[in-house]
Amino acid sequence: MTSTADLETQIRERIFAFPTPHFLGVDALNRPVAEQLLALADAFVAVNRQNEKKLSILRGRTLVNLFFENSTRTQMSFELAGKRLGADTMNMAPRTSSIAKGETLIDTAMTLNAMKPDLLVVRHSASGAAELLARKVGCNVINAGDGWHEHPTQALLDALTLMRAFGRVEGLTVAICGDVLHSRVARSNVGLLQTLGAQVRLVGPPTLMPAGVERWGADVFHDMRKGVAGVDVIMMLRLQLERMDGAFVPSTREYFRFYGLDAEKLALARPHVRVMHPGPMNRGVEIDSGVADDPAVSLIRDQVEMGVAARMAVLASLSARGEGGN
Amino acid sequence: MPQSQPTAFINARLVDPESRYDGPGALVVAEGVIADVSRRPRFENLSADLRVVDCAGAMLAPGLIDLRVKTGEPGAEPKETLKSASRAAAAGGVTSIVVQPDTNPAVDDPAMVDFILRRARDIELVHVYPAGAATRHCAGERMTEIGLMREAGAVYFTDGDHSIVNSKTFRRILTYARTFDALVAHRPADPWLTEGACATEGEFAARAGLPASPAVAERIMLERDLAIAELTDGRLLVDQITTETALETLHRFRARGVRALATASINHLCFNEIDTGDYRTFYRLDPPLRPESDRQALIDAVASGLVPIIVSAHAPLPAEDKRLPFSEALPGAVGLETLLPALLGFHHESRASLIDLIRAVTLAPAETLGLQAGRLSAGAPADLVLCDLDAPVRVEADRLISKSKNSPFDGRRLQGQVLMTLVDGRVVHQASA
Repeated sequence: MTSTADLETQIRERIFAFPTPHFLGVDALNRPVAEQLLALADAFVAVNRQNEKKLSILRGRTLVNLFFENSTRTQMSFELAGKRLGADTMNMAPRTSSIAKGETLIDTAMTLNAMKPDLLVVRHSASGAAELLARKVGCNVINAGDGWHEHPTQALLDALTLMRAFGRVEGLTVAICGDVLHSRVARSNVGLLQTLGAQVRLVGPPTLMPAGVERWGADVFHDMRKGVAGVDVIMMLRLQLERMDGAFVPSTREYFRFYGLDAEKLALARPHVRVMHPGPMNRGVEIDSGVADDPAVSLIRDQVEMGVAARMAVLASLSARGEGGN
Repeated sequence: MPQSQPTAFINARLVDPESRYDGPGALVVAEGVIADVSRRPRFENLSADLRVVDCAGAMLAPGLIDLRVKTGEPGAEPKETLKSASRAAAAGGVTSIVVQPDTNPAVDDPAMVDFILRRARDIELVHVYPAGAATRHCAGERMTEIGLMREAGAVYFTDGDHSIVNSKTFRRILTYARTFDALVAHRPADPWLTEGACATEGEFAARAGLPASPAVAERIMLERDLAIAELTDGRLLVDQITTETALETLHRFRARGVRALATASINHLCFNEIDTGDYRTFYRLDPPLRPESDRQALIDAVASGLVPIIVSAHAPLPAEDKRLPFSEALPGAVGLETLLPALLGFHHESRASLIDLIRAVTLAPAETLGLQAGRLSAGAPADLVLCDLDAPVRVEADRLISKSKNSPFDGRRLQGQVLMTLVDGRVVHQASA
């Protein structure tokens, strides 16, 4: 087995400067860059499977997680990614601090900026919030989800998961199912999967589809049975509970009946079909437990593992570029 | 220049929408009114005590009349006061402004109307006309004293940015207002379809992940408003029409003789949703910016006269209301100082003639309110703007006179510099040389 130190040497040779000062959306990535980033992330997977996981690539750098919206999973993933690269990481949940006292997003960012972090990871409930921050701070900003807009590292980790499961992304047919309207995961995935040469389908009730979705270059299905027929991958989206109960769909049981992924609908896909979910899952609402937990089918736990590696690749590459916004 | 000294403006390019004259001319101002107008560049035998201003070919037109201006007075003075708005108006060649009643407290009784008028008299810059609230506190429920407010000087009735959702209330307001031949203004927007929205539904908003409302939200409410105007024979001012589908509705009802006039905001004539770009909140407006097809339809409607009035939709907002994520920022843009240059820029890039555009900000609003201003004829008030049409200007928000700097024209190059603004013959603004 290769030692961590050897791995680090190999990885350092692969690190390249990120094309933009910030990673706000998947449109920052063209195909060669996306593939380079995936290759780098793949190398980090090996590191994460070692006993000794700590590298020194980001030693001396400071990473701040600024999460205006709760997300244990994404926040931990970034924190771990930063720590494994040797950075000092810090979490800030403004919900419980200054924001409650009326401080604005920009004030918080400016305060943080004055402490000279190198990398700022932002999650916010409003679309465009990461963009706004990136214009005001002097470090590299990573969008960890802004409203309904983008969640680019999620798309990257999904692509990495597919790359490792299928050996390629090109030519795969991927059905993204559920609440596309409110989903930043869907927007980022449509963009990146198409860049990498996959065929994307969008499946869901018309009340949960954005206007003009037919112009996203994806085939749109309102009948899930038709939507998943013959696909290689089914990517389920989370349905917020407050959007059921008559607001966008009549009830959870009606939703599960028509848009929940169960063994019967799964059987319509290709025999080797794999299932993904960005988490956290609503079992029995959008996905049946039997499907979610079937190791022969489910890639859901792989996604979590790949999340750390994909984020390490983004952090390393952005740091190699340096020079944030200003 | 003292008010009493008569002045001759010579070598001007007169633009008078009333006589539809656009050409060389000269004009004499005395005792606050236009005393004489000539279509020759100078007068034959000028009296020696006349002060002479050589316009050197600059445009001399009626001062602009802006039917939709928000200030922060009373209640939100740090945004804009009547004084700062008046100074901004004067600098922009706007000589009359109609201020909106949805202030805090609202202008919903005769005493408040009187308050606005007294403040304006003290400031003594431009004409300030209050619009009165249509319902108490602009809450959309109980009718205000429309008759008494009209006597006090309110020029039309509206709840400003607030919708009058209850159709029965809206019907009664239009019916009652007819007694005084009072004009009622209403912004058509279905409250449920537009709830929480900050963009127009479509590809752009979907990709940006912005909560959006469909364009028909405007048409749905407009259909109701016009149907009630037809039912009551009331006079309706459609506040800021923006969509193609609503314009078709307006055309249909106008053809049936319904007494409805519509305004267009300069912002919706100049910008479309793509200008929002990377979530630039200066382009967060209400109604939101529309796709280019709607903008083109609006331009056509202004050209054809279906929409005869253009407003600035001046809505001052401080930085703290704009330095926010797009969906959390408050909607609105300042516009008093940029209305005329923007209009001129619009004239250069579209097929609209200068005289028609000037008419939409002078004579058309004057006739709507029954004002004598808005024209260059002997006896009309000497509310005038002298403007160098060829001077390029670069808008710099920080240098605006308005207390708030939220201009979507920030950084843009426009054409036309206001050289002088006169109100009742008094010089209220003069460009520094």
